Amino acid sequence: MLTIADHQFSSRLFTGTGKFSDHNTMLQAINSSGSQLVTLAMKRIDLTRGHDNLLGPLQSMGVKLLPNTAGARNAKEAIFAAELAYEMLGTKWIKLEIHPDPKYLMPDPIETLIAAQQLCEQGYIVMPYVHADPVLCRRLEEVGCAAVMPLGSPIGSNQGLATETFLRIIIEQASIPVIIDAGIGAPSQACRAMEMGAAAVLVNTAIASSAYPQQMAKCFADAVATGRQAYLAGLGAVNHHADATSPLTGFLTEASINSLTQSVNIKEG
Amino acid sequence: MKLYSTTAKDVELALQNPSGNLDSLLALLSPAAMPYIEPMAQQAVQLTRKRFGANIGLFLPLYLSNLCANECDYCGFSMSNKVKRKTLNSDELTAEIAIIKQRGFDSILLVSGEHETKVGMGYFESVLPLVSKAFNYVAMEVQPLETEQYQHLGKLGVDAVMVYQETYRPQTYAKHHTRGKKQDFVYRLDTPDRVAKAGIDKIGLGVLLGLDDWRLDALLMGYHLDYLEKTYWRNRYSISLPRLRPCTGGISPKVELTDAGLVQLICAFRLFNPQLEISLSTRELPSLRDNLLPLGITHMSAGSSTQPGGYMAPDSQLDQFEISDNRPAEQVIIQMRRRGLNPVWKDWEMGWNND
Repeated sequence: MLTIADHQFSSRLFTGTGKFSDHNTMLQAINSSGSQLVTLAMKRIDLTRGHDNLLGPLQSMGVKLLPNTAGARNAKEAIFAAELAYEMLGTKWIKLEIHPDPKYLMPDPIETLIAAQQLCEQGYIVMPYVHADPVLCRRLEEVGCAAVMPLGSPIGSNQGLATETFLRIIIEQASIPVIIDAGIGAPSQACRAMEMGAAAVLVNTAIASSAYPQQMAKCFADAVATGRQAYLAGLGAVNHHADATSPLTGFLTEASINSLTQSVNIKEG
Repeated sequence: MKLYSTTAKDVELALQNPSGNLDSLLALLSPAAMPYIEPMAQQAVQLTRKRFGANIGLFLPLYLSNLCANECDYCGFSMSNKVKRKTLNSDELTAEIAIIKQRGFDSILLVSGEHETKVGMGYFESVLPLVSKAFNYVAMEVQPLETEQYQHLGKLGVDAVMVYQETYRPQTYAKHHTRGKKQDFVYRLDTPDRVAKAGIDKIGLGVLLGLDDWRLDALLMGYHLDYLEKTYWRNRYSISLPRLRPCTGGISPKVELTDAGLVQLICAFRLFNPQLEISLSTRELPSLRDNLLPLGITHMSAGSSTQPGGYMAPDSQLDQFEISDNRPAEQVIIQMRRRGLNPVWKDWEMGWNND
């Protein structure tokens, strides 16, 4: 079981709600993924009209909602979004996303740290989306974040774990769950992230933009479960040089080794 | 001109590396790319779905006034045109807002003719509180303003400013803009810089396709977009691709943009700039709009009126231009869903803009 703050999850695949062709497809995919934590953008939620109302069906599925601050360009906007989420949804869980760059949606580390500190002080369960920066992740842990969500590669790019070297350091150092968010484009990449020891992965684009989202969601669920089992089982050590099946010193017979030992003894004697 | 001497090999090379590459944009806009429209479309669809998912943002234009102090030979609002002039008062505006809200729209584009004295900052200051209270995303398409004025508008709730250059060729620009402040080509060209410096979220560019050679104008818009994105990296950008149609507004296109050309244009820009928002006008016919939707479009209007007060009184004949897609939003959405696309009514939270 994965524990974040006071909540336990048996599924380590987290999913999103954006980019689907319609709500039914989205709900079927989430259902098929087995995900128990689903993010949704505060900028999209509209409680005043029926349009875009994802909340009812999601809540009836029993999944935990993780509102996100996507669209926020600075700490102030993100904090406002978190407060709005608390007011509208009654949850203090927040996925902190601050990206002032609309091209690659790179997270702003400075504004993220500022917002994370303030929100943690206000009692929010803060899960910040960040670059795969080991120092930043430590700083975020220090200010009280419940988890960190470093990117594998740019959002929506399906490029996989381009930041693997740094993700390994983050996972090694963290005392809070590390959830790989953004860029995971294939079940094999999700499996790899889990084999590395990630606590969970968050996948949206790869499922939503698949021709068969429901089927792809199931593939991700299987891959994440397999990756986790592999991590727990302990992967075999990786050798960077070969274990030769025909050793170069194989010609040395037991007799020749004994005579070598005797000659050493004679010299020492 | 390189645009017309581009070869099939240049286009094939461009298809390998189109993102952010102005040489590739040139090749993809060239006549040599016409046999490659299908592979361009295939790439464009994939890039659009990857970046924007199945979402298409919906908005409506709200015409504030058809008063204009310019003479532009392609526009129904031109000052010498003998049409009834109207500027919405606050009651009329409130009524228009109520109808648009009732239809479910949450994103609005305020439009007016360019009349600085009667529809200037004073007027905008009086109407914006009403508008920004009702809608989460407010865009404006009005006369170019100063940086400080845009800053002020931003505080009043404006999220986006659309300013279309119409044509990037100064001689052609001069020919079509014969009176009024809009004659100042450079002031208009510098407007996106002023909007960006004022901290407005989104900037919309556009050319009236056909005033000059549309391939060249589109390419120059690509250069403008590239400069702006590199200089003002925090802003979002959109383009609009209105076609000047034969016999509309009394002037004929210099180079006519066919339906196939429009597809080439949309796909070329999507390949050049995967994150660019591309808006589709109701000037186009319903069947074409439906077919263009999956190819790279991210935003569209549906059930639009292009006259002040037109949602309350649809037949007052004050239109800026004639609409070709008169379908109500519900019908457009049915077509959208048939193509596996998802209409998005709300995509912003205005409260985030508060100081």
